[in-house]
Amino acid sequence: MATSDIVIKFVLIVIIFAISLVIAMYSTYAERKIAAFFQDRIGPNRAGPFGILQPLADGAKMFLKEEIIPTNASAFLFIAGPCLAIMTACIGSAVIPWGQKLTIGTHVIDLQVTDINVGILYIFGVVSLGVYGVMIGGWASNNKYSLLGAIRAASQNISYEISMGLSIIALLLVTGTLSLREIAEQQRGFWSHGWFTWNVFKQPLGFLLFIVCAFAETNRTPFDLPECETELVGGYHTEYSSMKMGFYLFAEYINMFVSGAVMATLYFGGYNFPFMHHLGLSENWVTILGVIALFTKIFLFIFFFMWVRWTVPRFRYDQLMDLGWKALIPLAIANIVITGIVITFFK
Amino acid sequence: MESLSNKRKLIESKPLNFWERTYLPSIMQGLAITMRHFFRKPVTISYPEEQREFSENFRGMHSLKRDEDGRERCTACGLCALSCPAEAITMIAAERQKGEENLYREEKYAAVYEINMLRCIFCGLCEEACPKEAIYLDGPIVQSEFLRKDFIYGKDKLVEAPLNE
Repeated sequence: MATSDIVIKFVLIVIIFAISLVIAMYSTYAERKIAAFFQDRIGPNRAGPFGILQPLADGAKMFLKEEIIPTNASAFLFIAGPCLAIMTACIGSAVIPWGQKLTIGTHVIDLQVTDINVGILYIFGVVSLGVYGVMIGGWASNNKYSLLGAIRAASQNISYEISMGLSIIALLLVTGTLSLREIAEQQRGFWSHGWFTWNVFKQPLGFLLFIVCAFAETNRTPFDLPECETELVGGYHTEYSSMKMGFYLFAEYINMFVSGAVMATLYFGGYNFPFMHHLGLSENWVTILGVIALFTKIFLFIFFFMWVRWTVPRFRYDQLMDLGWKALIPLAIANIVITGIVITFFK
Repeated sequence: MESLSNKRKLIESKPLNFWERTYLPSIMQGLAITMRHFFRKPVTISYPEEQREFSENFRGMHSLKRDEDGRERCTACGLCALSCPAEAITMIAAERQKGEENLYREEKYAAVYEINMLRCIFCGLCEEACPKEAIYLDGPIVQSEFLRKDFIYGKDKLVEAPLNE
């Protein structure tokens, strides 16, 4: 690998890191604004025009708050929890193809940090690691509410990871590859051979299962039992204050961003958009428009996450388990069987 | 036995069909409802910039009135302080000196007149008690302050502006 390649990769990593942090920051603003609009309110509008500086004010507040570590908490794990949560949230974006190749002079820049051939498995690994941050934080707090929140997080994530994995298997039967880059390339354009190229039209049930599980994995309403305020004070982050608490909240929003990106890549064509090869534009322009298309899709997913949050009430714990084990897993298995039959007999 | 009011309604509880049991249609319905609210005009009134229209008998901050010649009407009789259920009003009376006839209408006037806005409940009993029509609660909403002492409004804030201004 030439030095220039390393520099380019490094710059790409920094840019993606910065983008995901900024998006997470402004997701908090978007969440408050969108919540306000759904409830016929105005939302934050005091810091800067339309309250656009609100996330900065919140961030500054978080940094300046007093750092409290409870006497009976295990200090090391108490600090390790939020670090782990935000780290696992950030490294998920490494395998996502943000766009096609960009050619500048003689350099060909691949808009993906790394194209490992088991990209989906990597994402799964990172997602399952994500629950450790919550678990360790909840356990180390030495508080009943935190512990209950952590237990809920653990069991919820484990149960929904199964159906998420099963719904992905059906998708893999269709795509035949684990590399996210190849999956995105297969969904080129929008229409070919008499059918849509995007996987959501080939796997509608799979997508439905995946998005429900994505809600559960990111701990978003209606599956936000690990931090449900009405029963558990704050759930796993009851004892947290200052930026450690901020990291947990941040991790949730980065998770939302990454899962939006994964859903867009797996099911909604990634950086592909309709008529991308019939516009007569140069390759670089198609790439740039593709990046914009991908981010539009991600933002729509984030909006959908928030839209659902302000519509659907929280599940009861037994209902959550019922849905996970008695509805989603059988459906996912049925989806695999049907997909297998269709592929065997019609292709 | 017949029920007393005949208002009893029989409620049928049908078992849910397949689609209802998936909850997807009702979630869609819910999403549609929230989306309708998303585009609705906010009901918020951004208070300091815009103010709600008050009714005619709204009781706000007090003002001590002047008569048609610009003299203070208050004669420091103390009926307002006596009538005040929250004991928010205090005053110190003084005698009008020679040459002050253009300032005070009566021979006795309030040298100090203070209302504690934290105690005041804006009941309007003071304006009912006043025999001189000197106090009315016709001002705006009382502003918030940082210190308790700033809520004690003296004559500088309460007395109406002179006529020529």
